[in-house]
Amino acid sequence: MTVIIQTLSRWAIPLLLLGITTWGISYRVPIYESFVEGAKEGWQTSLRLLPYLVGMLVSIQVFQHTGALQRLIMVLSPLTDWLGFPKEVLPLALMRPISGSGSLALLTQVLETYGPDSFPGRLAATLMGSTETTLYVLTVYAGSIGLKKTKHTLITSLIADFAGFLASLYVVLRFFA
Amino acid sequence: MINYIWFFMILAGVITAASSGNINLVTEGVLKGSEQAVLVSVGLIGVISFWSGMMRIAQDAGLIEFLSRLMGPLVKRLFPEVPPKHPAMGAILLSMSANFLGLGNACTPLGLKAMNHLQELNKEKDVASDAMCTFMAITSSSLTVIPTTIIALRLTHGAITPTDIIGPIVLATFCSTFVAIIVDAIFRHFSKGG
Repeated sequence: MTVIIQTLSRWAIPLLLLGITTWGISYRVPIYESFVEGAKEGWQTSLRLLPYLVGMLVSIQVFQHTGALQRLIMVLSPLTDWLGFPKEVLPLALMRPISGSGSLALLTQVLETYGPDSFPGRLAATLMGSTETTLYVLTVYAGSIGLKKTKHTLITSLIADFAGFLASLYVVLRFFA
Repeated sequence: MINYIWFFMILAGVITAASSGNINLVTEGVLKGSEQAVLVSVGLIGVISFWSGMMRIAQDAGLIEFLSRLMGPLVKRLFPEVPPKHPAMGAILLSMSANFLGLGNACTPLGLKAMNHLQELNKEKDVASDAMCTFMAITSSSLTVIPTTIIALRLTHGAITPTDIIGPIVLATFCSTFVAIIVDAIFRHFSKGG
Protein backbone atom coordinates (compact mmCIF):
# COMPACT_ATOMS: atom_id res chain seq x y z
CA MET A 1 0.00 0.00 0.00
CA THR A 2 2.74 2.45 0.99
CA VAL A 3 4.65 1.61 -2.18
CA ILE A 4 1.59 2.07 -4.41
CA ILE A 5 0.80 5.46 -2.92
CA GLN A 6 4.36 6.70 -3.10
CA THR A 7 4.61 5.58 -6.72
CA LEU A 8 1.33 7.29 -7.53
CA SER A 9 2.39 10.56 -5.96
CA ARG A 10 5.78 10.43 -7.70
CA TRP A 11 4.17 9.84 -11.11
CA ALA A 12 1.18 12.19 -10.89
CA ILE A 13 2.90 15.39 -11.98
CA PRO A 14 5.11 13.85 -14.69
CA LEU A 15 2.02 12.15 -16.15
CA LEU A 16 0.02 15.37 -16.00
CA LEU A 17 2.85 17.21 -17.75
CA LEU A 18 3.09 14.57 -20.47
CA GLY A 19 -0.69 14.24 -20.75
CA ILE A 20 -1.43 17.93 -21.24
CA THR A 21 1.37 18.49 -23.77
CA THR A 22 0.46 15.33 -25.71
CA TRP A 23 -3.20 16.35 -25.83
CA GLY A 24 -2.17 19.83 -27.01
CA ILE A 25 0.20 18.59 -29.73
CA SER A 26 -2.37 16.17 -31.06
CA TYR A 27 -4.91 18.98 -31.38
CA ARG A 28 -2.27 21.05 -33.23
CA VAL A 29 -2.06 23.69 -30.50
CA PRO A 30 1.20 25.71 -30.62
CA ILE A 31 1.93 24.43 -27.12
CA TYR A 32 5.07 26.39 -26.40
CA GLU A 33 3.49 29.71 -27.41
CA SER A 34 0.35 28.84 -25.45
CA PHE A 35 2.40 27.97 -22.41
CA VAL A 36 4.33 31.25 -22.47
CA GLU A 37 1.14 33.23 -22.99
CA GLY A 38 -0.40 31.59 -19.92
CA ALA A 39 2.74 31.77 -17.80
CA LYS A 40 2.82 35.56 -18.18
CA GLU A 41 -0.03 35.74 -15.68
CA GLY A 42 2.00 34.04 -12.95
CA TRP A 43 4.11 37.07 -12.18
CA GLN A 44 1.12 39.33 -11.79
CA THR A 45 -0.79 36.88 -9.64
CA SER A 46 2.11 36.38 -7.23
CA LEU A 47 2.78 40.09 -6.85
CA ARG A 48 -0.88 40.85 -6.28
CA LEU A 49 -0.69 38.46 -3.31
CA LEU A 50 2.09 40.28 -1.50
CA PRO A 51 0.14 42.92 0.46
CA TYR A 52 -2.38 40.33 1.63
CA LEU A 53 0.37 37.96 2.74
CA VAL A 54 2.31 40.69 4.55
CA GLY A 55 -0.82 41.71 6.45
CA MET A 56 -1.75 38.20 7.45
CA LEU A 57 1.71 36.83 8.20
CA VAL A 58 2.78 39.85 10.29
CA SER A 59 -0.27 39.49 12.50
CA ILE A 60 0.24 35.71 12.77
CA GLN A 61 3.92 36.11 13.63
CA VAL A 62 3.19 38.73 16.28
CA PHE A 63 0.59 36.39 17.77
CA GLN A 64 2.90 33.39 17.71
CA HIS A 65 6.34 34.84 18.36
CA THR A 66 5.27 36.74 21.48
CA GLY A 67 3.87 33.59 23.08
CA ALA A 68 0.25 34.73 22.84
CA LEU A 69 -0.69 31.47 21.12
CA GLN A 70 0.78 29.49 24.03
CA ARG A 71 -1.31 31.55 26.45
CA LEU A 72 -4.46 30.94 24.46
CA ILE A 73 -3.74 27.21 24.62
CA MET A 74 -3.41 27.43 28.41
CA VAL A 75 -6.68 29.31 28.69
CA LEU A 76 -8.51 26.84 26.47
CA SER A 77 -7.14 23.64 27.96
CA PRO A 78 -9.83 23.19 30.68
CA LEU A 79 -12.50 23.32 27.98
CA THR A 80 -10.74 20.85 25.72
CA ASP A 81 -9.93 18.54 28.65
CA TRP A 82 -13.65 18.44 29.29
CA LEU A 83 -14.28 17.53 25.64
CA GLY A 84 -11.75 14.73 25.97
CA PHE A 85 -9.37 16.32 23.48
CA PRO A 86 -5.83 15.32 24.51
CA LYS A 87 -3.68 18.31 25.43
CA GLU A 88 -0.68 16.90 23.58
CA VAL A 89 -2.47 17.70 20.32
CA LEU A 90 -4.13 20.98 21.35
CA PRO A 91 -1.31 23.27 20.16
CA LEU A 92 -1.50 21.62 16.74
CA ALA A 93 -5.28 22.03 16.59
CA LEU A 94 -5.00 25.76 17.26
CA MET A 95 -2.03 26.24 14.94
CA ARG A 96 -3.55 24.27 12.05
CA PRO A 97 -5.87 26.95 10.60
CA ILE A 98 -3.25 29.69 11.10
CA SER A 99 0.06 28.39 9.82
CA GLY A 100 1.00 25.50 7.55
CA SER A 101 4.71 25.39 8.37
CA GLY A 102 4.01 25.95 12.07
CA SER A 103 1.57 23.07 12.26
CA LEU A 104 3.89 20.79 10.30
CA ALA A 105 6.59 21.51 12.88
CA LEU A 106 4.17 20.71 15.72
CA LEU A 107 3.09 17.47 14.04
CA THR A 108 6.73 16.41 13.76
CA GLN A 109 7.19 17.22 17.43
CA VAL A 110 4.20 15.08 18.47
CA LEU A 111 5.42 12.18 16.30
CA GLU A 112 8.88 12.43 17.82
CA THR A 113 7.69 12.70 21.42
CA TYR A 114 4.90 10.13 21.46
CA GLY A 115 5.60 7.96 18.41
CA PRO A 116 3.52 7.65 15.22
CA ASP A 117 1.46 4.71 16.51
CA SER A 118 0.48 6.31 19.82
CA PHE A 119 -2.94 7.88 20.34
CA PRO A 120 -1.64 11.49 20.22
CA GLY A 121 0.52 10.61 17.21
CA ARG A 122 -2.40 9.19 15.27
CA LEU A 123 -4.76 11.96 16.25
CA ALA A 124 -2.23 14.61 15.25
CA ALA A 125 -1.67 12.97 11.86
CA THR A 126 -5.41 12.64 11.20
CA LEU A 127 -6.06 16.22 12.24
CA MET A 128 -3.26 17.49 10.04
CA GLY A 129 -4.47 15.51 7.04
CA SER A 130 -8.14 16.29 7.31
CA THR A 131 -7.95 20.08 7.59
CA GLU A 132 -6.22 22.88 5.73
CA THR A 133 -4.42 26.09 6.61
CA THR A 134 -7.65 28.05 6.40
CA LEU A 135 -6.21 31.55 6.85
CA TYR A 136 -3.56 30.92 4.20
CA VAL A 137 -6.04 29.55 1.67
CA LEU A 138 -8.45 32.44 2.16
CA THR A 139 -5.71 35.10 2.14
CA VAL A 140 -4.08 33.77 -1.00
CA TYR A 141 -7.22 32.90 -2.94
CA ALA A 142 -9.00 36.18 -2.17
CA GLY A 143 -5.79 38.19 -2.53
CA SER A 144 -4.92 36.82 -5.95
CA ILE A 145 -7.94 38.49 -7.54
CA GLY A 146 -8.04 41.48 -5.21
CA LEU A 147 -11.21 40.66 -3.27
CA LYS A 148 -11.88 42.94 -0.33
CA LYS A 149 -14.89 41.10 1.04
CA THR A 150 -15.26 37.35 1.34
CA LYS A 151 -18.67 37.45 3.01
CA HIS A 152 -19.25 34.43 5.26
CA THR A 153 -16.34 32.30 4.00
CA LEU A 154 -14.04 32.68 7.02
CA ILE A 155 -16.63 31.72 9.58
CA THR A 156 -17.80 28.82 7.37
CA SER A 157 -14.24 27.53 7.09
CA LEU A 158 -13.54 27.83 10.80
CA ILE A 159 -16.73 25.90 11.61
CA ALA A 160 -15.64 23.25 9.10
CA ASP A 161 -12.19 23.08 10.75
CA PHE A 162 -13.79 22.59 14.13
CA ALA A 163 -15.98 19.83 12.69
CA GLY A 164 -12.83 18.27 11.28
CA PHE A 165 -11.16 18.27 14.72
CA LEU A 166 -14.13 16.60 16.39
CA ALA A 167 -14.43 14.10 13.54
CA SER A 168 -10.70 13.26 13.81
CA LEU A 169 -11.02 12.65 17.54
CA TYR A 170 -14.07 10.44 17.09
CA VAL A 171 -12.65 8.50 14.14
CA VAL A 172 -9.27 7.84 15.76
CA LEU A 173 -10.96 6.64 18.95
CA ARG A 174 -13.15 4.33 16.87
CA PHE A 175 -10.45 3.01 14.57
CA PHE A 176 -7.63 2.42 17.01
CA ALA A 177 -9.24 1.95 20.42
CA MET B 1 -14.76 38.94 10.87
CA ILE B 2 -11.29 39.01 9.36
CA ASN B 3 -10.78 42.49 10.84
CA TYR B 4 -11.53 41.22 14.34
CA ILE B 5 -9.29 38.17 14.06
CA TRP B 6 -6.51 40.34 12.69
CA PHE B 7 -6.88 42.84 15.50
CA PHE B 8 -7.18 40.09 18.12
CA MET B 9 -3.87 38.50 17.08
CA ILE B 10 -2.06 41.85 17.20
CA LEU B 11 -3.63 42.90 20.50
CA ALA B 12 -2.97 39.55 22.17
CA GLY B 13 0.60 39.60 20.91
CA VAL B 14 1.35 43.08 22.22
CA ILE B 15 -0.28 42.39 25.61
CA THR B 16 1.56 39.09 26.02
CA ALA B 17 4.89 40.61 25.07
CA ALA B 18 4.38 43.60 27.38
CA SER B 19 3.35 41.46 30.33
CA SER B 20 6.28 39.11 29.90
CA GLY B 21 8.62 42.10 29.77
CA ASN B 22 9.90 41.30 26.32
CA ILE B 23 8.28 43.89 24.09
CA ASN B 24 10.86 43.56 21.33
CA LEU B 25 9.28 40.20 20.44
CA VAL B 26 6.52 42.20 18.73
CA THR B 27 9.00 43.99 16.48
CA GLU B 28 10.74 40.72 15.72
CA GLY B 29 7.38 39.20 14.82
CA VAL B 30 6.64 42.07 12.42
CA LEU B 31 9.98 41.64 10.67
CA LYS B 32 9.66 37.85 10.52
CA GLY B 33 6.14 38.06 9.13
CA SER B 34 7.00 40.56 6.39
CA GLU B 35 10.05 38.59 5.37
CA GLN B 36 8.05 35.38 5.25
CA ALA B 37 5.40 37.07 3.07
CA VAL B 38 8.02 38.07 0.50
CA LEU B 39 9.53 34.58 0.52
CA VAL B 40 6.13 32.99 -0.02
CA SER B 41 4.96 35.29 -2.81
CA VAL B 42 8.32 35.32 -4.60
CA GLY B 43 8.57 31.57 -4.11
CA LEU B 44 5.21 31.15 -5.79
CA ILE B 45 6.09 33.15 -8.94
CA GLY B 46 7.77 30.25 -10.70
CA VAL B 47 5.31 27.52 -9.88
CA ILE B 48 2.25 29.72 -10.50
CA SER B 49 3.69 30.74 -13.87
CA PHE B 50 4.32 27.10 -14.71
CA TRP B 51 0.80 25.92 -13.88
CA SER B 52 -0.78 28.97 -15.54
CA GLY B 53 1.13 28.01 -18.68
CA MET B 54 0.01 24.38 -18.47
CA MET B 55 -3.58 25.49 -17.89
CA ARG B 56 -3.41 27.68 -20.98
CA ILE B 57 -2.31 24.72 -23.11
CA ALA B 58 -5.12 22.65 -21.61
CA GLN B 59 -7.58 25.41 -22.39
CA ASP B 60 -6.39 26.03 -25.95
CA ALA B 61 -6.51 22.30 -26.65
CA GLY B 62 -10.08 22.02 -25.39
CA LEU B 63 -9.04 19.76 -22.51
CA ILE B 64 -10.64 21.98 -19.88
CA GLU B 65 -13.91 22.05 -21.77
CA PHE B 66 -13.74 18.28 -22.17
CA LEU B 67 -13.18 17.85 -18.43
CA SER B 68 -15.98 20.26 -17.64
CA ARG B 69 -18.39 18.34 -19.82
CA LEU B 70 -17.27 15.01 -18.41
CA MET B 71 -17.34 15.91 -14.72
CA GLY B 72 -19.46 19.06 -14.79
CA PRO B 73 -22.73 17.34 -13.89
CA LEU B 74 -21.12 16.12 -10.66
CA VAL B 75 -20.09 19.53 -9.37
CA LYS B 76 -22.77 21.55 -11.16
CA ARG B 77 -24.99 21.42 -8.10
CA LEU B 78 -22.27 23.00 -5.96
CA PHE B 79 -21.77 25.90 -8.37
CA PRO B 80 -25.18 26.52 -9.93
CA GLU B 81 -24.25 29.96 -11.27
CA VAL B 82 -21.21 28.72 -13.21
CA PRO B 83 -22.17 27.70 -16.77
CA PRO B 84 -21.14 24.03 -17.21
CA LYS B 85 -18.99 24.82 -20.26
CA HIS B 86 -17.23 27.82 -18.74
CA PRO B 87 -13.46 27.35 -18.19
CA ALA B 88 -14.04 28.10 -14.48
CA MET B 89 -15.69 24.69 -14.14
CA GLY B 90 -12.67 22.91 -15.61
CA ALA B 91 -10.27 24.90 -13.45
CA ILE B 92 -12.29 24.09 -10.32
CA LEU B 93 -12.21 20.40 -11.25
CA LEU B 94 -8.45 20.38 -11.85
CA SER B 95 -7.78 22.20 -8.61
CA MET B 96 -9.98 19.76 -6.68
CA SER B 97 -8.24 16.80 -8.30
CA ALA B 98 -4.82 18.17 -7.32
CA ASN B 99 -6.10 18.50 -3.76
CA PHE B 100 -7.50 14.95 -3.78
CA LEU B 101 -4.13 13.58 -4.79
CA GLY B 102 -2.25 15.74 -2.30
CA LEU B 103 -0.16 17.31 -5.08
CA GLY B 104 1.16 19.97 -2.72
CA ASN B 105 2.65 22.66 -4.91
CA ALA B 106 0.14 22.27 -7.76
CA CYS B 107 -2.88 22.97 -5.54
CA THR B 108 -2.46 26.69 -4.92
CA PRO B 109 -1.65 27.65 -8.55
CA LEU B 110 -4.59 25.64 -9.89
CA GLY B 111 -6.89 27.06 -7.21
CA LEU B 112 -5.82 30.60 -8.09
CA LYS B 113 -6.50 29.86 -11.75
CA ALA B 114 -10.02 28.79 -10.81
CA MET B 115 -10.52 31.99 -8.79
CA ASN B 116 -9.35 33.96 -11.81
CA HIS B 117 -11.97 32.34 -14.05
CA LEU B 118 -14.65 32.79 -11.40
CA GLN B 119 -13.77 36.48 -11.31
CA GLU B 120 -14.75 36.70 -15.01
CA LEU B 121 -18.27 35.75 -13.95
CA ASN B 122 -18.30 37.97 -10.86
CA LYS B 123 -20.34 41.17 -11.05
CA GLU B 124 -18.90 43.04 -8.06
CA LYS B 125 -15.17 42.67 -8.56
CA ASP B 126 -14.09 43.26 -4.95
CA VAL B 127 -16.74 41.12 -3.28
CA ALA B 128 -16.58 37.31 -3.42
CA SER B 129 -19.35 35.72 -5.50
CA ASP B 130 -21.38 32.80 -4.14
CA ALA B 131 -19.38 30.37 -6.26
CA MET B 132 -16.11 31.77 -4.88
CA CYS B 133 -17.35 31.41 -1.30
CA THR B 134 -18.29 27.79 -1.90
CA PHE B 135 -15.01 27.06 -3.67
CA MET B 136 -12.88 28.66 -0.93
CA ALA B 137 -14.87 26.95 1.83
CA ILE B 138 -14.47 23.54 0.18
CA THR B 139 -10.76 24.05 -0.51
CA SER B 140 -9.95 25.28 2.99
CA SER B 141 -11.79 22.32 4.51
CA SER B 142 -9.21 20.05 2.82
CA LEU B 143 -10.04 17.45 0.19
CA THR B 144 -6.94 15.33 0.55
CA VAL B 145 -7.47 11.64 0.03
CA ILE B 146 -3.79 10.75 -0.35
CA PRO B 147 -1.89 12.69 2.34
CA THR B 148 1.60 12.10 0.96
CA THR B 149 3.45 14.38 3.41
CA ILE B 150 1.87 12.80 6.46
CA ILE B 151 2.50 9.26 5.25
CA ALA B 152 6.13 10.18 4.61
CA LEU B 153 6.43 11.69 8.09
CA ARG B 154 4.92 8.62 9.70
CA LEU B 155 7.30 6.46 7.68
CA THR B 156 10.38 8.36 8.81
CA HIS B 157 9.24 8.18 12.43
CA GLY B 158 9.02 4.39 12.24
CA ALA B 159 5.27 3.73 12.07
CA ILE B 160 4.41 0.04 11.68
CA THR B 161 1.99 0.67 8.79
CA PRO B 162 2.40 4.31 7.73
CA THR B 163 -0.66 4.19 5.44
CA ASP B 164 -3.19 3.00 8.03
CA ILE B 165 -3.90 6.67 8.69
CA ILE B 166 -5.59 7.08 5.29
CA GLY B 167 -8.92 5.64 6.43
CA PRO B 168 -9.34 8.01 9.39
CA ILE B 169 -8.13 10.98 7.34
CA VAL B 170 -10.59 10.29 4.53
CA LEU B 171 -13.48 9.99 6.99
CA ALA B 172 -12.53 13.14 8.91
CA THR B 173 -11.93 15.07 5.67
CA PHE B 174 -15.31 13.97 4.42
CA CYS B 175 -16.93 15.32 7.62
CA SER B 176 -15.21 18.71 7.47
CA THR B 177 -15.95 19.17 3.75
CA PHE B 178 -19.56 18.12 4.27
CA VAL B 179 -19.93 20.65 7.10
CA ALA B 180 -18.31 23.35 4.93
CA ILE B 181 -20.81 22.73 2.12
CA ILE B 182 -23.82 22.69 4.46
CA VAL B 183 -22.82 25.80 6.44
CA ASP B 184 -22.04 27.65 3.21
CA ALA B 185 -25.46 26.70 1.82
CA ILE B 186 -27.15 27.91 5.01
CA PHE B 187 -25.38 31.28 4.88
CA ARG B 188 -26.19 31.63 1.21
CA HIS B 189 -29.84 30.84 1.85
CA PHE B 190 -30.16 33.46 4.60
CA SER B 191 -28.27 36.17 2.73
CA LYS B 192 -30.65 35.71 -0.18
CA GLY B 193 -33.72 35.73 2.04
CA GLY B 194 -32.60 38.70 4.10
